[in-house]
Amino acid sequence: MIIDGKTGPWEIVIGLEVHAQVISKAKLFSGASTEFGAEPNAQVSFVDAGFPGMLPVINRACVEQAVKTGLGLNATINEVSVFDRKNYFYPDLPAGYQISQYKQPIVGEGHLDIDLPGGETRRIGIERLHLEQDAGKSIHDQHPQKTYIDLNRAGVALMEIVSKPELRSPEEAGAYMRKMRALVRYLGTCDGNMEEGSLRCDANVSVRRPGEGLGTRCELKNINSIRFVMQAIEYEARRQVDVLEDGGTIRQETRLFDSAKGVTRPMRSKEHAHDYRYFPDPDLLPLVLDRSWIEEVRANLPELPDAKKARFVADYKLTPYDASVLVAEKENAEFFEVVATGRKDPKLAANWVIVELFGALNRLGRDIATSPVSAAHLAGLLDLIENDTISGRIAKDVFGFMVETGKDAATIVAERGLRQVTDSGAIEAAIDKVVAENAAKVAEYRSGKQALFGWFVGQVMKSTGGKANPASVNEILRKKLAG
Amino acid sequence: MSLDKATVARVATLARIKLPDADLEKMAGELQIIMAWIEQLGEVDTSDVAPMSSVVAHVLSQRVDQVTDGGYADAVTRNAADRIQLGDGAFFVVPKVIE
Repeated sequence: MIIDGKTGPWEIVIGLEVHAQVISKAKLFSGASTEFGAEPNAQVSFVDAGFPGMLPVINRACVEQAVKTGLGLNATINEVSVFDRKNYFYPDLPAGYQISQYKQPIVGEGHLDIDLPGGETRRIGIERLHLEQDAGKSIHDQHPQKTYIDLNRAGVALMEIVSKPELRSPEEAGAYMRKMRALVRYLGTCDGNMEEGSLRCDANVSVRRPGEGLGTRCELKNINSIRFVMQAIEYEARRQVDVLEDGGTIRQETRLFDSAKGVTRPMRSKEHAHDYRYFPDPDLLPLVLDRSWIEEVRANLPELPDAKKARFVADYKLTPYDASVLVAEKENAEFFEVVATGRKDPKLAANWVIVELFGALNRLGRDIATSPVSAAHLAGLLDLIENDTISGRIAKDVFGFMVETGKDAATIVAERGLRQVTDSGAIEAAIDKVVAENAAKVAEYRSGKQALFGWFVGQVMKSTGGKANPASVNEILRKKLAG
Repeated sequence: MSLDKATVARVATLARIKLPDADLEKMAGELQIIMAWIEQLGEVDTSDVAPMSSVVAHVLSQRVDQVTDGGYADAVTRNAADRIQLGDGAFFVVPKVIE
């Protein structure tokens, strides 16, 4: 995206750091539970609380999750990686350091293909993925002078996934987050729940004249929804352009996005905040992975969004855009496959899922898991269209009743007498009636006003309650009108 | 490498150690001696020696993914300067930190 400033065009350069909470039963370096929503400090071991003399022992499941995610990002898996201490003082970090990975992360360079409107894709480079501990939670609104600290989250495994500065617009940043979320959910390595904070991101934003070197960047911290990521970047880029065009300079700083006001503002700068004095954690040996084990993990990866999308395009003849919409959520893709399997016209199934079903779910504020229409029921409805029991138009009414009642299509068609009239005698009678009652219009049509044909079809459909087979109506009507 | 008073003051701040201005000069001198010892290591030619992350020839031991610990909020917060009980849990209470 190009921003048109007063003095000419500017280009936005964005890099994203995603923090994804790893799905595991226990924490990265302790045996305490990771479950969300427990009583304060009820899921804290002495290791997590930074008690003296406690030693961290790594959870192998968290290592496997990081490797899986790395493989999903088409990235290099480093057979040797090292844990470092990142030192800073904050009340929700009881040890005074976070165990993280600095110079030797578990996963190196890779890439993620993002889906853009219109079905295009763009490849975004991944710089690295490393494992680290999450911090605890500070609660500021319970007491006027005090902050409450809950360490239940402290020590839960996080994957920090860093992109290269290759995103060029808020929309691309949004597409990147959506794709990252889909990927980790397919892999089962993170639940992708942004509201609960299991997936959050920091955005590095700078602007430059097209073709020039990178400008000074600002880091936007802890953004917890895709919409906010896009809003924050949009605002920040515009702010930087305004500063530069007024002859100012951008200071490299950390800023917070205020979602209520839609603006970014500088964080009260912590003195020497960026001097983390990393050094290898003396409590932990290097993490060494076995090449054959990595290959075993690779062999057991599930089908990922890009592969599924390619298969939907090849096997079901969907457009790349429709395919990318369907694969965005694993559950949606599974639902679609139940509806589409064995169908003559899978494209019809895609349209019904994307337009009618997603439309209805949207209106109801539900997701596919709580859909009032099951995949089997929707497949049943499409069967009725394909075998000419009902027309496509009536099918929409039937679908409306299915959403309301949860009943299957055949039951609704039988109960409400919506079966399509294919009996040509009945259709002919209806047409004769319409022709007889509208002699003036018939004359107009015959004198060359062909556009009236649609009006006649409408009248016939109306008189049959929409149940007449449209193809038969067209055929017979054309003959009758021809005289 | 030489250490001036400003560097020493900064290191003290990062480590949250209170160091009166009057002591900075003396501390700079002491740290300077330690740094000189460390710099002596630079005299050894390590150009064909691989960097070492650990002196122990063991692999990192790993735990299985099972919940085996926790459930003692009371013990975890017992030594806190200030705490507040809430149901079966308890918060640490600290002076307000807000960004």
